[in-house]
Amino acid sequence: MLGLTIREVSLALREGRISPTELCRKCLNRIKKTQHLNAYITVTEELALKQAREAETRLLQGAPKGPLDGIPFAVKDNFCTENIKTTCASRMLKDYHPPYNATVVQKLFDQGAVLMGKTNMDEFAMGAGSTDGAFGPVRNPWSYAAPYREQTGAAADSDWVVTGGSSGGSAAAVAALTSFLSLGSDTGGSTRNPGALCGVVALKPTYGLLSRHGLIPLVNSMDVPGIMTRSVSDAAIVLDILQGLDIRDSTTIPAPASSLTELPEGFDVKNICVGIPKEYHAPGLSEETLAQWSRIVDMFEKAGARVEQVSLPHTQHSIVCYHVLCHAEVASNMARFDGLEYGHRSAVDSSTEAMYASTRHEGFNDVVRGRILSGNYFLLKQNYEHYFIKAQKVRRLIADDFKRVFNSGVDVLLTPTTLADAACYSEFTQEDNRTRSAQEDVFTQPVNMAGLPAVSVPTALSRRGLPIGLQLIGPALHDKKLLSVAHWIEQRVGFPSICEYGDSGETRNDTGMTKREQTSAV
Amino acid sequence: MSVISIAAKRGLSLKIIRPWCNLLTNSASSTRVTCLWSSTKPAHVPADLVDKLERLALVDFRTKQGLACLEKAIRFADQLHVVDTSGVEPMDSVLEDRALNLRGDAVVEGDCAEELLQLSKNTVEEYFVAPPGNIPLPTREERTAMLKHSEF
Repeated sequence: MLGLTIREVSLALREGRISPTELCRKCLNRIKKTQHLNAYITVTEELALKQAREAETRLLQGAPKGPLDGIPFAVKDNFCTENIKTTCASRMLKDYHPPYNATVVQKLFDQGAVLMGKTNMDEFAMGAGSTDGAFGPVRNPWSYAAPYREQTGAAADSDWVVTGGSSGGSAAAVAALTSFLSLGSDTGGSTRNPGALCGVVALKPTYGLLSRHGLIPLVNSMDVPGIMTRSVSDAAIVLDILQGLDIRDSTTIPAPASSLTELPEGFDVKNICVGIPKEYHAPGLSEETLAQWSRIVDMFEKAGARVEQVSLPHTQHSIVCYHVLCHAEVASNMARFDGLEYGHRSAVDSSTEAMYASTRHEGFNDVVRGRILSGNYFLLKQNYEHYFIKAQKVRRLIADDFKRVFNSGVDVLLTPTTLADAACYSEFTQEDNRTRSAQEDVFTQPVNMAGLPAVSVPTALSRRGLPIGLQLIGPALHDKKLLSVAHWIEQRVGFPSICEYGDSGETRNDTGMTKREQTSAV
Repeated sequence: MSVISIAAKRGLSLKIIRPWCNLLTNSASSTRVTCLWSSTKPAHVPADLVDKLERLALVDFRTKQGLACLEKAIRFADQLHVVDTSGVEPMDSVLEDRALNLRGDAVVEGDCAEELLQLSKNTVEEYFVAPPGNIPLPTREERTAMLKHSEF
């Protein structure tokens, strides 16, 4: 049952094959069994059971609120949740209980979805491994599944791989079958990167389509809430519910009128033009990821799609530009954490300034402090033009590259999501956060610069037995069309479900899979 | 057809589809990329600037490594200057061409002072309490001593 998609489990709930409380208990049990993943910072067991009982009443009365009524979900710990601890994986907010819900969280509650908990991440979403949070690193569920274990043959505790980040807990929650959907945030790839490394569908919608109200900001001009699910049509269902204008976020835009709820079943790729940006064949791209990329290109060609090589000439400068803009906005956004109104407050009270400085010294990790300092450097009066304005100019060139390509008749771009499959924790932590972020976000952050929608779809397991994902990028507000293309890929690649491998001590019978589910997942 | 063969069909050599080679270099492992910094001269942040940044940012470098980290970040950012941006307008927002929604200029929610004050560690009546103001941050040496005692 836990391995089902939202669409399938929603039907099972309506037909009474399982009740919301049963489903909720199964997920809670699964969370306990997979505790070693460290995917959750807070598990909201009591609330979840209460919400599940309410959903049960509605379903029994034959009046569910919608397709998500009774469906367990998880939320990254940088979305505010009313009276539920919201930490951003930082000591700064370790006891922070927001008095309100983020708009996207409220929308899921309004649909009757059941909150399982708040997920682990890199502190303030600054990172690409989910290794730099105050509550410890997140472990990739595929580290414990048979394909990887059989390849490495080593002890499970020494060679586990990272989830990617910064929304690693959210990706792990969906991949490990403890939630049917999760919310991440995506500023430079923080949803798509762990989505690819954990083998789940990860959508970064068009900037402004989903409200940022209640999402603790990293980079205001790039942040978007991200959606993680185990199937593309599930992502479409969630997108439908979350998108649209929000009076509390002045940067939101109305959902396009033509937005289809259901993805078309027999989507014909003959009518689309797929662009292959040559600059994404970058140094460091693993042979296997390249092979997957080529495989899907072949698939499109064989199906009659027009496949064209295109150029996004400023791609190589994008990560540097992102680095400057990100640090500058971080410097400004983090100024709110001063110990006075909320969050951690130092005991030093010799002066206001001394209290500020020691609060921030105690509350932030090295990565956050480092970005605040370099952001302040880029924003110094004498550097403002040289770095910040320069980066904003380069940003326009990057956005214009995409515009030009989409105006030339290309419908969708196909690229890798990451350079390679997930690295071992021990190897990943050999390099500092900045270096890792520059490597890991290399294919994902250009999209954030331009505000475009992009989705990462898992396509295969690598020789190491770890997921590889590819990224589709579309023009602004063409999120649904993008998902239609992603759905087409998904139906043809046959990416395996983790429950086929009886991971984490769970046997196949524990997951309650039927024969049909097992075969359909292959 | 593979990605490479598409390039080949259009008469592009592999060299052209790897334009990053001047910025990023392949290390021994195919899964790792390291950045070349050698093209720009090493950044040096003088002591008075270090002090200024710490006062502005209200965070400290903590160790020598913190400073090295800033110098690396500056050198990384310096790669921006290989891009010709003459005549290009800076871009603040991807929504620059849209009229964004403005709500009516009227209070629609609020009256939640109690709830907000509860989040603070120190309040008196309906005020947040701050330590004495208008006192500059102590000198760098004194700061270091102060922060040493404020570890968690």
